[in-house]
Amino acid sequence: MRFGVLRFPGSCDEVDALHAAARVGDAELIWHRDRDLRGVDAVVVPGGFSFGDYLRAGAIARFSPAMESVIEFAADGGLVLGICNGFQVLCEAQLLPGALLPNTNLRFTFRQVRLDLVQRDTAFTCAAPEGATLSIPAKHAWGRYHADAELLAELEENDQVVLRYAAGENFNGSVADIAGVRNRAGNVFGMMPHPEHAVDEQTGGSRDGLVIFESMRMAVEAAHA
Amino acid sequence: MRDSATLPTLADALALGLTEDEYALVCEFQGAPPNQVELAMYSLLWSEHCAYKHSRKLLRTLPTEGEHVVMGPGENAGAVDVGGGLVCAFKVESHNHPSAVEPFQGAATGVGGILRDIFAVGARPIAVLDSLRFGDVGEAAAAAGGGDRSRYLLDGAVAGIGHYGNSIGVPTVGGEVYFEGPYEQNCLVNAMALGLAERERLVRSAAAGPGNLVVLYGASTGRDGIGGASVLASAELDADQDKRPTVQVGDPFEEKKLLECSLELLDRGLVVSLQDLGAAGLTSSASEMASKGGVGIDIDVGLVPLRESDMEPYEIMVSESQERMLCVVEPESLDAVLEVCERWEVGGTAIGTVTDSGRMRVLRDGEPVGDMPVRALVDECPLYDLEPEQASGPLYPPPPAVLDAAAPPRDLLRALLASPNLASRRPLFEQYDAIVQSRTVRRPEEADAAVLVLPDGSALAVSVDCNGRRVAADPYRGTLGAVIECAANLACTGAEPLGTTNNLNFGNPEKPHIAWQLSQSVRALGEACRALRAPIVGGNVSLYNEGAAGPIYPTPVIGMVGRLPHAGRAGRLGFAHEGDAIALVGAFAPSLAASELAKLAGEPLPVELPDIDLDAAIAAIAAVRAGVRSGAIASAHDIAEGGLAVALAESCIGGRIGASVTIDAGGEDSRALFGECSGCFIVSGEPAALDALAGSVQVRRLGSVGGAELRIELGGGESFAADIGELAGIHDGGLRSLFD
Repeated sequence: MRFGVLRFPGSCDEVDALHAAARVGDAELIWHRDRDLRGVDAVVVPGGFSFGDYLRAGAIARFSPAMESVIEFAADGGLVLGICNGFQVLCEAQLLPGALLPNTNLRFTFRQVRLDLVQRDTAFTCAAPEGATLSIPAKHAWGRYHADAELLAELEENDQVVLRYAAGENFNGSVADIAGVRNRAGNVFGMMPHPEHAVDEQTGGSRDGLVIFESMRMAVEAAHA
Repeated sequence: MRDSATLPTLADALALGLTEDEYALVCEFQGAPPNQVELAMYSLLWSEHCAYKHSRKLLRTLPTEGEHVVMGPGENAGAVDVGGGLVCAFKVESHNHPSAVEPFQGAATGVGGILRDIFAVGARPIAVLDSLRFGDVGEAAAAAGGGDRSRYLLDGAVAGIGHYGNSIGVPTVGGEVYFEGPYEQNCLVNAMALGLAERERLVRSAAAGPGNLVVLYGASTGRDGIGGASVLASAELDADQDKRPTVQVGDPFEEKKLLECSLELLDRGLVVSLQDLGAAGLTSSASEMASKGGVGIDIDVGLVPLRESDMEPYEIMVSESQERMLCVVEPESLDAVLEVCERWEVGGTAIGTVTDSGRMRVLRDGEPVGDMPVRALVDECPLYDLEPEQASGPLYPPPPAVLDAAAPPRDLLRALLASPNLASRRPLFEQYDAIVQSRTVRRPEEADAAVLVLPDGSALAVSVDCNGRRVAADPYRGTLGAVIECAANLACTGAEPLGTTNNLNFGNPEKPHIAWQLSQSVRALGEACRALRAPIVGGNVSLYNEGAAGPIYPTPVIGMVGRLPHAGRAGRLGFAHEGDAIALVGAFAPSLAASELAKLAGEPLPVELPDIDLDAAIAAIAAVRAGVRSGAIASAHDIAEGGLAVALAESCIGGRIGASVTIDAGGEDSRALFGECSGCFIVSGEPAALDALAGSVQVRRLGSVGGAELRIELGGGESFAADIGELAGIHDGGLRSLFD
């Protein structure tokens, strides 16, 4: 199992994501100008402020050569995880539905949040126990997930909402408490909280984020089997 | 090059901040009146900000050597050995006047500047802390009919720090903020950064090798921040705001690329020496590189990439445009250097050469436009003796009274917990990313110091502290207290000091009473750092912090870095287990003089503080550190602002558990509960383990952990209790409304 972690100018959490992925498999960084994904089994689009996010979070990164390859990779069914800024990039690239808007408090906010796992039957959560609640740090200024009523109904209908903020934890004002969604095909997943920062009790407040990476490994290995 | 019609005059020199004597000296070194470029460069390098002309003699008295020190003052940042072949580079710096003019950009570029200092020595920045001071807010401000400006400055500065630190991927792991009237017109924004490097990879800034090339890389050069070091940083601040164009604008994305580019250049061994461009831009960077290397440098301003094509040579030399670095490279490495710059999408241009002339020459398209001896520029600025004299009367008006000190203790405790100086800092630090880079073992308010794990499983602890009100009351003892508090904070996590940095924020040193504050404070700083074996490895001086209403409280901000052997055993401040015993460690001699309670009650500053027993404080610090390391202590918290009762409440809030204690107040309830002191701690743990700490230090059992209330029994059958959930709410709410 080999993860490729994209690196844009302005990425901040790419090394954290690399180390988190390396706990369950091999992992390497892929520079944004690199079109060659080097045969990785899964791609992580990490957090940070790609290209400074001066236009709109994720709006520039989505045009990177590496992202063009990721779009093809996803179209072929490859697993793609977007975290925070990566989630924003995947929405900008229309690999995921909806959009991320500024938090309702209009401030960058960092909190350890509890997340309800509402879809266990996905390539990103299959390793989690039934009915799990995950404790994972979130830190962002543009994390308010938005979908209009029609899209929201579609997401619920197709079980695309994977993670919700637990009661009282939705600090950014996301619609329907949505913290993470997948695409309809189920191979692309984005979440605002940072699972790569919850892989070690000492620094992450929990190890709950590891389950995302472990699930991806299980899904890839099942596909190879 | 020298056209007498356009030659600046003495009046121009005075306007740029030089004195008449200094101007005469410049003429003497130059052998002629300086031209515009030369005068601009002298005026900046001879400013207080660059030359430390009023503080250098005092700073020379500070201890700068010790077993852990790898690089002392004089480089971009100092560095200490942290084991495992690694060093920690760290430094604190101020960006006070820019922040008073434009808080968001002032604070943001303050963070940017201190981060560049760290990677300029070859270290990857791993943490930022900030130390902020504003005028009164809340009730105290309302009583004085103000507060809006302080709220605006606070909001802007916090947003600016967050904007820069969050965007560049360096965690903001701690800091402090105080609100006091004397900062109303002159806020303080100090930022501290830490970086990690392999010991042999540290790089210095001395230029070397005549014939080598000088490469400028990073952002292009514009007209922003022209004259910032002399105009903003070395003069008192007027009420008018037309200095905004002298404040630089920061771009964290540019700096992120600059950081990665710089570290890659060093990784590949492509640079001889490296320096960031900060105050006084190219002028100070190039001159200081030349001075340290004992060489000369020629710079052709015609080669500098500009934002505006019509910039004059002097403007190019003094511009404080952010996110720029200067390095010396061997000619054969130039192509490789420019290639790395291109890869990181930062501009890189060879703009000059190292010479053996000992002169700083400025050219435009090959034609000389300025020529100065490096020694004169950098090393020959006259140093001034201070003329300290204690003020004969009070310097600061008493604070507005917002509290009746005779109220029942339970009410006083609630008022203190909600007061701006003591309330939870959560509304601030929630705006910062504290965890990026995955090293943060103790987040803000989990322990008295931030803790960052190192690759070998040991950890760094870092604290920044200064109570300016106490320094104002007694500069010597107040400063001792600030240094002790830093070491106490480290001890609560189990860490032993490795080194110290400081930012001396004072008023105008040419005034005898400010000179007295400064010299008393520096004397205490030296004594305390010697006694704690925490030598000063670098720092900064920010003088002239005065407005029309008078000087700021003298504020020597202390930043201390320590190490603990096992990150997994890092201490916490919150009570941990039901049934644990609670003890007070240290020679507890509380005093209400200059305390938080005295401030809220509107009392004027006392003329001095009680004596501090430095040896006793150090013994208590050592005992707590040993107890945390061995596991004998389950929680540790130093007694600081608000005294014993507030420390107990904070440990309850931190652990979300109650406590029951008995305090023999000897009839002086307020002093025992809310009096402040140095080098005393509230710890909890197994009763026998706590008793075993006694020996060289006083350990007094106060009670035990448990329940949902903080219950305090006073002598004479009196007692009071408060629900922890309620106290937590009060504590959390104190500052929150400022950000709504």
